[in-house]
Amino acid sequence: MHSVAATTIDSGTQVLPLESQGERRPVQSVWKTAIRYTLLTALLFGIAYPLIMTLIAGAIFPHRASGSLILRNGQVIGSTLLAQSFTSDRYFHPRPSATDYSSAADFAANSATPPSGGSNLAQSNAKLAQRIQADIDKLQAENPGKPVPIDLVTESGSGLDPDISPDDADYQASRVARARGLTEDALRKLIAQHTEPRQLGILGEPRVNVLEINLALDAMTK
Amino acid sequence: MSANGWLQFAVFSAILLATVRPVGAYLCRVLEGEGTWLDPVLRPCERIIYKLCGVNATQEMSWREYAYAVLGFSAVTLLLTYLLERLQSILPWNPQHFGAVSPDLAWNTAASFTTNTNWQFYTPETTMSYLTQMVGLATHNFWSAGVGIVVAVALIRGIKRTNAPTIGNFWVDLTRTLLYVLGPACFVYTLLLVWQGAPQNLRAYVTAHPLEQASQTQTIAEGPVASQEAIKMLGTNGGGFFNANSAHPYEDPTPLANYFQILSIFIIPAGLTYALGRMTGSPGHGWAVLAAMFVLFAAGFSVAYWAESQPYKMIHGATQASTASAPGGNMEGKEVRNGIAESALFATVTTDASCGAVNGVHDSFTPLGGMVPLTNIMLGEVVFGGVGAGMYGILIFVVLSVFIAGLMVGRTPEYLGKKIESYDVKMSMLYALIFPLIILTFTAVFVLLPNIGLSAITNPGPHGFSEILYAFTSGAGNNGSAFAGLSANWWYNIAMGWDMLIGRFLMMIPVLALAGNLAQKKSIPPSPGTFPVNTPLFTVLLVGVVLILGALTFFPALSLGPILEHLLLKAGHLF
Repeated sequence: MHSVAATTIDSGTQVLPLESQGERRPVQSVWKTAIRYTLLTALLFGIAYPLIMTLIAGAIFPHRASGSLILRNGQVIGSTLLAQSFTSDRYFHPRPSATDYSSAADFAANSATPPSGGSNLAQSNAKLAQRIQADIDKLQAENPGKPVPIDLVTESGSGLDPDISPDDADYQASRVARARGLTEDALRKLIAQHTEPRQLGILGEPRVNVLEINLALDAMTK
Repeated sequence: MSANGWLQFAVFSAILLATVRPVGAYLCRVLEGEGTWLDPVLRPCERIIYKLCGVNATQEMSWREYAYAVLGFSAVTLLLTYLLERLQSILPWNPQHFGAVSPDLAWNTAASFTTNTNWQFYTPETTMSYLTQMVGLATHNFWSAGVGIVVAVALIRGIKRTNAPTIGNFWVDLTRTLLYVLGPACFVYTLLLVWQGAPQNLRAYVTAHPLEQASQTQTIAEGPVASQEAIKMLGTNGGGFFNANSAHPYEDPTPLANYFQILSIFIIPAGLTYALGRMTGSPGHGWAVLAAMFVLFAAGFSVAYWAESQPYKMIHGATQASTASAPGGNMEGKEVRNGIAESALFATVTTDASCGAVNGVHDSFTPLGGMVPLTNIMLGEVVFGGVGAGMYGILIFVVLSVFIAGLMVGRTPEYLGKKIESYDVKMSMLYALIFPLIILTFTAVFVLLPNIGLSAITNPGPHGFSEILYAFTSGAGNNGSAFAGLSANWWYNIAMGWDMLIGRFLMMIPVLALAGNLAQKKSIPPSPGTFPVNTPLFTVLLVGVVLILGALTFFPALSLGPILEHLLLKAGHLF
């Protein structure tokens, strides 16, 4: 029986004998092949692949391939997939954005915020606790006694979360109802209509798309 | 936590396990040079590529030649991406007229994509032209993923072969991986993502006039998103088209798209375990390795999901419970459509593998929830792991496990008929030691430099230390996810570039050396003293070795970061 110590010290079977076997190719042929291979595959996977996918995707899903944009009177008003700023009482508000909802200013050189992203604040950072508490206090002043759904006062990961939870929409319903002279029941019904259930019954969370429900609000009261 | 959250995890696991065998069998066919149903179309393409590039497809390589080819090819691709970034202002497909990327950032990004890390110190939608994204970055996702897979396959060949001087031909392996695996899969996957809402176009950004105040314009960044997203996930690359990565609704529009994304991170690495079993003629070994991976994955998800579901105690007046109509939990940095469960699952999977895409902000995770991704990377990303990189990573741990088992019973360690000797263990330990060496050294240096290191952090206190630790761990592990509060400066750009390159290539060379050394050994028949590598006992031992090695190395660092932060936060201490 071998002992482990005896065999591990034995280093006679190293790779050195390989040197003598097979044809040795000059190292510069590696560079030549590498350069040609890089350029050729860059054409295939960097140019041909995305262009072909753009053509096919545009043909099969033209609306989605171009960003699910909504047009009104020939003007783009936004995308159903991206949150936009709403501040008036007449509309449902999206979740707060750490990046100003991809405003034009986000794209300026030396902008303090990028076009998309989250706050990056940690739970142990006093700034986060203060910000959330200030938002809760403001909301509770308008809606005394009603606990605030957490997604209404937390900034999303993208700064562009197009959705709010049904609880969040419900929380805002009385404000919107007052501002528009609608009954809360009418709004609850509207929320129910616009609540998208979990996908395939189990995936993700139920949600309400803010831009879509606000467009529906405008259509109701016009 | 909710029952539905656990159900999503269970369904995900079931689908993943169902794919292991078919995907693994297909990978075997491709990499053993057997016929596939795509041959009529792709076989001629394959031959043309060999001809144009001067590849002799019948000539195999020794491990040294294989390593030369890996390094040479990676160096050329790095240079191409660097040049594209520097010259993008005078090249086409730049509708936003972006200027050249600064030299240090271009270096960092080129190193990042060459090493399959995809760390992003840049803001894509305000920095990179469409051409740079398509050719410099998305193509690099194909290349670096392919290189990872072929190195893993070379190691499997080394285990399988006896008295062989060679371990395969790098160019053939890479070409077959790109043409038969990654290319066709991305073709289908891109369309699935567009179907769910990811854009795919080449036009300039759109100016939108919002409903409430039409004068306050919103700029909608567009681009060839879906095609890049597909390879970003499937190749476990993780470099987002947008700054918010997969949290951005354009990258990851629906919960179903999110599910596709999580699944596509794991699908090739999981399939490779089956390929391991089949190519080495020991199917049980493949399953035993898969079982070890799955145990660590389930443990990681459970901790992350539990931690992220906890209410934030430093505020009052909010409802934080998970119900049928509200996600609850720690929603800072998370999207409503994904909720807590799919965000925790994504974070676990993306760091079990070396993907590094994120669908939520890891920096804003709870201390313990954020420790899960960090720990996953520290364990070496061997829980399924990066495409290829996870397989050769876990095989290093397998060699160490077999060695430790040999020590325990006082027998010569054997692995699938190969004696594990001094040289093999040295190469494995080299691999295991380079990793913590660069992480802990870089972190220590940057923590000691107030103007260079500490000025970059966003969150004060122990979390700031975690940000720096996470950055160098993510770089060395070629993950690319971040505690993204850390902002870039010249020093970080350069240091992270080296961190990533060492973590990739200095660790790949011992792997290839091990492959070459194993290939030329003779096979010995199993004896009663052979430690079987296809049993639950082996699975337990492998899990133990991974955890012990990781814990012994990184526990002190973790206790200064997330563990300290958790304890202080629990005591009500804010910074």
